Amino acid sequence: MSDPLALLANAAGKISRIALQLSGRGGTALPGLIALTIDPDFIAAVTSELAHGVVLVSGTNGKTTTSRMLSDIVRASGWAPVHNRSGSNLERGIAGALLTETTWHGEPQGDIGLFEVDEASLPRVLGRIRPRVVLVTNLFRDQMDRYFELDQLARRIGDAIAMLDTAAIVVLNADDPIVSWLGQRHSGPVVYFGVDDPSVGGRVPQAISDATRCPRCGQPLRYERVVLAHVGDWSCPSCGLARPARDVAATRVVLTGDSSELQLRVAVASAFDPVRVPIAGLYNAYNALAALAVARALDISLPMASRAIANFKPAFGRLEEVTVDGRDLRLILVKNPAGFNAAIGALLETGRRPRLLAALNDRDADGRDVSWIWDADFETLAPEVEHAVVTGIRSRDLANRLKYAGVPREKIEVVAELGSAIDRAIGAAPPGSEVVVLATYTAMQALRGELARRGHVAPFWED
Amino acid sequence: MDLRVAHLYPDLMSIYGDRGNVLALSQRARWRDIAVEVRPYTVGTTFDWDWPDLWFFGGGQDQGQDLVGADLAGANGEALRRSLVHGAAALTICGGYQLLGHEYVPENAPAIPGLGVLDVSTRAGSLRFVGNLVAQTPDGVLVGFENHSGRTYLGPKAKPLGTVVVGNGNNSEDKTEGAVQGKIVGTYCHGSCLPKNPWLADRLLTWALERRHGPQDLVPLDDREEKAASEQAVEVARART
Repeated sequence: MSDPLALLANAAGKISRIALQLSGRGGTALPGLIALTIDPDFIAAVTSELAHGVVLVSGTNGKTTTSRMLSDIVRASGWAPVHNRSGSNLERGIAGALLTETTWHGEPQGDIGLFEVDEASLPRVLGRIRPRVVLVTNLFRDQMDRYFELDQLARRIGDAIAMLDTAAIVVLNADDPIVSWLGQRHSGPVVYFGVDDPSVGGRVPQAISDATRCPRCGQPLRYERVVLAHVGDWSCPSCGLARPARDVAATRVVLTGDSSELQLRVAVASAFDPVRVPIAGLYNAYNALAALAVARALDISLPMASRAIANFKPAFGRLEEVTVDGRDLRLILVKNPAGFNAAIGALLETGRRPRLLAALNDRDADGRDVSWIWDADFETLAPEVEHAVVTGIRSRDLANRLKYAGVPREKIEVVAELGSAIDRAIGAAPPGSEVVVLATYTAMQALRGELARRGHVAPFWED
Repeated sequence: MDLRVAHLYPDLMSIYGDRGNVLALSQRARWRDIAVEVRPYTVGTTFDWDWPDLWFFGGGQDQGQDLVGADLAGANGEALRRSLVHGAAALTICGGYQLLGHEYVPENAPAIPGLGVLDVSTRAGSLRFVGNLVAQTPDGVLVGFENHSGRTYLGPKAKPLGTVVVGNGNNSEDKTEGAVQGKIVGTYCHGSCLPKNPWLADRLLTWALERRHGPQDLVPLDDREEKAASEQAVEVARART
C-alpha cells in the first residue's frame, strides 16, 4: 500500500489496538474508528490489494452464520479470508477487522475479504469499496428505533446497488420479495437462491407483516407457501411480479432436531449429493443455501463447499451449546420477531418442553425499543414452557409478555442479577436436562462473559 | 358478556409491536370471563361499521400509511366515522392517531386530509423523536416508547392524555402527550402501550362494553407484573435522560 494517509490510518489503528489489548480489552471497534477518522477510504485502500476481491454479506438475519460458513468454504478452496469474525459489522468493525490482518505496511495478510455488514451501513459501505460479490440474505424489521422503516432501508440499499460496477455479482434471496426486487436495480449479473420444496412452511403462525405488499405495484401479495414472515413462494396477482427463477435452489429440505439436509438444484450443473447442515432450524438451511449461492458466484466447487458446510461450527450465541453443572445450556441470540419466531420454530420441532433463561436488554446494540417482543410469537411457545427465569435491563417487560402469552405466574421467576439468574435457571433444571437461553445482543454478551469467567466458554473475541 | 374488537389495517399498520395492545385488551377481557372476538379490517374489505365495540389503529410505514389514507378517504372512512360517532371506542397510536385528526401536512407537499374525528392536526418535522416516553395523567403514569417525526397540535375539543415527563410527546413544545375526545384515545406511546399501562386498557374496555352491554364495573385484576414493568420502564427512561 502506498497511500500515505492509509498508511498512517493503519499505523494509528494498530497502535490503539495494541494499547487496548495491553489494557485487557478485546474490542475491535475503536481502533477501526480511529483508522476511519484519519482516512475515510481506509477500507477501500486495504481491500483493493486483495487478489480474490471482497464479499459483503448483509441482511437482517443470518449474516454472522452465513459469513462464517463462507469463511470455511473459501478456506477449503485454499484462500485466506480477512473476516470480521466477531460479528462487529458496522463500518468501524470492518476497519477494525482489517487492522488485525494487515502488516505495518498496510498489506492484508489474506487474499479475499469477507465482511459481514450491518444492513443500515450497507449503502455507505457500497459507496466506498468495489466488492466482487454482494449477498443480501433477507430484510426484516429490526431495531426500528435505529433503522426506522424497512421500505426506506430497502430503497437506500437499492440506490447503492444501482451504483455498483457491472462486474459485481449480486446474490439475493428470491423468496424474500423486498430482497429479490433489489435485483432490478443492478445492471450486472444477479444470482438468486431459494427454497423450492413445496412441503417447507413454518409451524409458527406468521403475525409479522413487513412486506405482504408487492414491491413493484403496492398491491397485496399472494403466497403459495409462507416460510418465515414475508419469505416464501410469493407472487403478485395485480401486476404479475413473481419469485425470480432460482439459480441455486433447495428442492428438498429435511429438518431434524439438530441439523438439516438440503437437496440442491443448480442451473447448468450435474446432480449433487445432499448437503448436510449441522445446525438446527430452517433459517440455518437458508443460511447454508445463501453461502452456497455465493460460492457459486465465486466459481468455487459446490461439492467442496458442501463439505465445508457439513463441518461447520456455529458462532457466538447462535445455537451454541454449553454444559454447566451437568445441564446443557443452548444459547440463542434473539433480536427481532422474525429471528425469534424462527428460533422458536426450531426449538419446538425438537418436541421438548423448554426451560428458559430469557434476557432482554435495551441498549443501542439490542434496539432501544423493546416493543418487538409483542410481535414475537410467544403465544406458540407459552403452552410448552416448563419454567422461565427472566433477567436483563427490561426483565419486567419480558415477564409481562410471558404473562399475556399465557405462561402461568408460578412458572415465571424474575432475577435481576445475571449471575444469579444463571444459577437459578440451572438450579431449577434437573441434571441432564436442557436450559434454552434466549437473549438479546448485549445480554448474550454479558451472559457469555459470566460463563467465560466461570470457565465454561472461551471469551468471544478469541473464537 | 362479549367484546368485539376491530383491528384496523393489521397488515399495513402493525409495526412497532402495536399488536400487543390487541393482545392486552383480549386477555384482560378473557381474564374477566368476557368473550372476545377480534376481526381484521383492512384495504379490500367493506367495513361493517355497526359490528365493533372497540377499534384499534396502530402505526405503520410510509407505504402502508399512503394506502390506508386512500382507503379511509372512501366508504370505509365513512363507516369508521359513523361507528365512532355512534358510541364505539378507539385506541389509535402514532400513524393511526395522525390519520384520525384533521390533516397531516408534509414538508413540501399538499396537506393529506385525515378522518377529522379527533380535533388534532399534524405537520411533518425534520427531527425524528425516538426514545422512551413518560407522561403523567390524572389516572396514572403512561410509559412507552415514541418514534415519530410528526408534530401534533391539539384543538379545543381534544384534551391531552397526559403531560410529558420524559421524551417529546405530541410536539415537544407544549409538553402535551396524546389526546382524548369522547371515547377516542390517540397517543404516540408504543411499547406496546396497553400491557404496561393497564389503567388505560381497562378504561377502553369499560367504554367499549358500554355500547352494547350498558355501564360496567370491571372486576379488578392482579396487575403486579404490569406495575413492575411500568416502574422498571419509568426508571430506565429517567436514568437515560
